[in-house]
Amino acid sequence: MAMLNTQPNLAKADDFYARLIAVHDGLSDDASMALNARIILLMANHIGDQEVLEQVLAAAKLD
Amino acid sequence: MFDDRYTLAFKRYPYKKSPDQDAATPVRHPVVVMGGGPIGVATALDLGQQGIPVLVLDDHEGVGMGSRAICFAKRCLEIADRYGCGKPMVEKGVVWNLGKVFHKDRKVFEFNLLPEEGHEYPAFINMQQPYFESFMLDRFEAMQAEGAPLEVRGKNRVENVIPHDDYVEIEILTPDGTYTIEADWLIGCDGASSPLRTMLGYDFTGKVFQDSFLIADIKMKSENFPTERWFWFEPTHGQGASTLLHKQPDDVWRVDFQIGWDVDRKEEMKEENIRRRLDAFLGEGVDYEMVWSSIYTFQCKRMDNFRHGRVFFAGDAAHQVSPFGARGANSGMQDVDNLGWKLGMVIRGEAPDTLLDTYNEERVHGADENILNSTRSTDFITPKSKVSHVFRNAVLDLAEHYDFARPIVNSGRLSVPCTYDGLSLNGPDALIGGPARSRPGSPCPDAPLGDGFLLGQLGSRFQILTIDADAPDSVTEDGVTATRMALSAADDTTGALADRYLGTTKSGVYLIRPDQHVAARWDSYDETALRAALRKACGKE
Ligand SMILES: Cc1cc2nc3c(=O)[nH]c(=O)nc-3n(C[C@H](O)[C@H](O)[C@H](O)COP(=O)(O)OP(=O)(O)OC[C@H]3O[C@@H](n4cnc5c(N)ncnc54)[C@H](O)[C@@H]3O)c2cc1C
Repeated sequence: MAMLNTQPNLAKADDFYARLIAVHDGLSDDASMALNARIILLMANHIGDQEVLEQVLAAAKLD
Repeated sequence: MFDDRYTLAFKRYPYKKSPDQDAATPVRHPVVVMGGGPIGVATALDLGQQGIPVLVLDDHEGVGMGSRAICFAKRCLEIADRYGCGKPMVEKGVVWNLGKVFHKDRKVFEFNLLPEEGHEYPAFINMQQPYFESFMLDRFEAMQAEGAPLEVRGKNRVENVIPHDDYVEIEILTPDGTYTIEADWLIGCDGASSPLRTMLGYDFTGKVFQDSFLIADIKMKSENFPTERWFWFEPTHGQGASTLLHKQPDDVWRVDFQIGWDVDRKEEMKEENIRRRLDAFLGEGVDYEMVWSSIYTFQCKRMDNFRHGRVFFAGDAAHQVSPFGARGANSGMQDVDNLGWKLGMVIRGEAPDTLLDTYNEERVHGADENILNSTRSTDFITPKSKVSHVFRNAVLDLAEHYDFARPIVNSGRLSVPCTYDGLSLNGPDALIGGPARSRPGSPCPDAPLGDGFLLGQLGSRFQILTIDADAPDSVTEDGVTATRMALSAADDTTGALADRYLGTTKSGVYLIRPDQHVAARWDSYDETALRAALRKACGKE
């Protein structure tokens, strides 16, 4: 079974984090929420693997 | 007083007093069908073709006025074809393949159903439900004229039902008062609010959706509205949260507005208010005539069990889905298709009573699939929380730009027949390399054959379909005969037959049930295996 990688995997973590925040600059809460939804959908499609996605959903709940 | 609950489109079976009403003791009938809607009439056609007497009781005198269903799927038409009334439906119906999806006033994308070649029937036709019912009643009358033991009694309202171990007592109200009959078997096809279910105290559980839809069927002579399915999410005309436009025969279009839960039905149903919505939607200067309108709400529910001893439930009485996906009448026809041959065999003493339990098993499986699909469509079309609304619109926004999001857009997953995967009647899948679409449990896919098509030549009995393989002309196991239909892949020069039944292999032997579902398949004939599969398919294992 494909496993979700929860170990550090971003070469430049600070850069990505800064970009993720910056892309929301100037957006209303509603617009940000919509942008986040689009980001999630694009990433989910890129991952593609239903098993990995299930693990993402579970891991994100933090319980 | 005997009041009508709705107006008729076509009066077909006016009330006539039956000798049963004056009988000293209740007359016994082999099969009684409660409800003469599409599913009840189809049940009569199926059993009538087997020579089994059927009495249909309906509390009206014909076909109801409301159009309701408009989309009829291939499998439903193939079943109607076996009952002898599929062809006039396709002649009357509108065949469509193109759909467009809009968000606000932007086109998000369009799709083509791209129907596969080599099928006698199209993927879908659109046709007003009263026509669908009329064609079946035409066939019913033609069969009567040919001597089939079929009867329908109008203005016969079933008021009470008392099930016994070996028969069912039925009390009926007519304009001349009440009378009682008995039935060996009773089939409840009395619609979504099934009085029979209530009389017998059975639950109907599931999800109710808090939204109303206003339907208007309008007649237009305009060239601007094509034979396509157009669906708007959040249309800018402001008349509701979604709108559907779809063509029917006779220059009639179905317009369906999602208008919310808290609406004043009486106000909304006033012609001037419906016209106000239509004018906003169609724009100024479009001339139309209103044919029919209605407000509906819906639920996705089913009974726990479709069989209770000698009483069966079929169609909307057994399960109800949202209209998105056109799975109501289409799945009800599959109920009939499933129950008909099983009940026929049990009545003729060819199969044990337990075969009838598999009607429940297989059709609950079908209903669950339909409910799942129609619930998901409904959740997409009418998101019920902020976050689901945000995701829904994110999908639509992405779909406008990127292909990947288009399959996520769900404005109704249109009805396809279910495969009875893993259920009790299935035999072995021993055709290595055989295509998945014709695995045991699947409905047989059609294919060109000679001047016609395969399904039209497969009958309504057990068959051994051989493709470039040997087998005896017939095999009889415990009173049940399976007859061979011998084909060669070369019989269909388009290659569809080989593609749909052989896949990557060179020969195949299929055992096919009377409802044209695959029971088992092998690469060559093996008598012991075939006999075992035939027993299993008759509920004898
Ligand atoms: C807006 C809308 C759109 C739809 N679109 C589609 C679609 O595109 N495709 C599709 O496949 N389905 C569609 N459907 C669903 C479809 O209309 C139903 O699934 C279908 O009518 C069910 O048929 P039925 O015979 O089970 O029940 P019904 O059509 O409800 O018939 C029940 C019959 O039983 C009779 N009856 C009731 N009580 C008694 C009694 N006590 N005694 C005697 N008789 C009685 C009634 O008079 C009636 O004739 C749609 C439904 C709606 C509301």
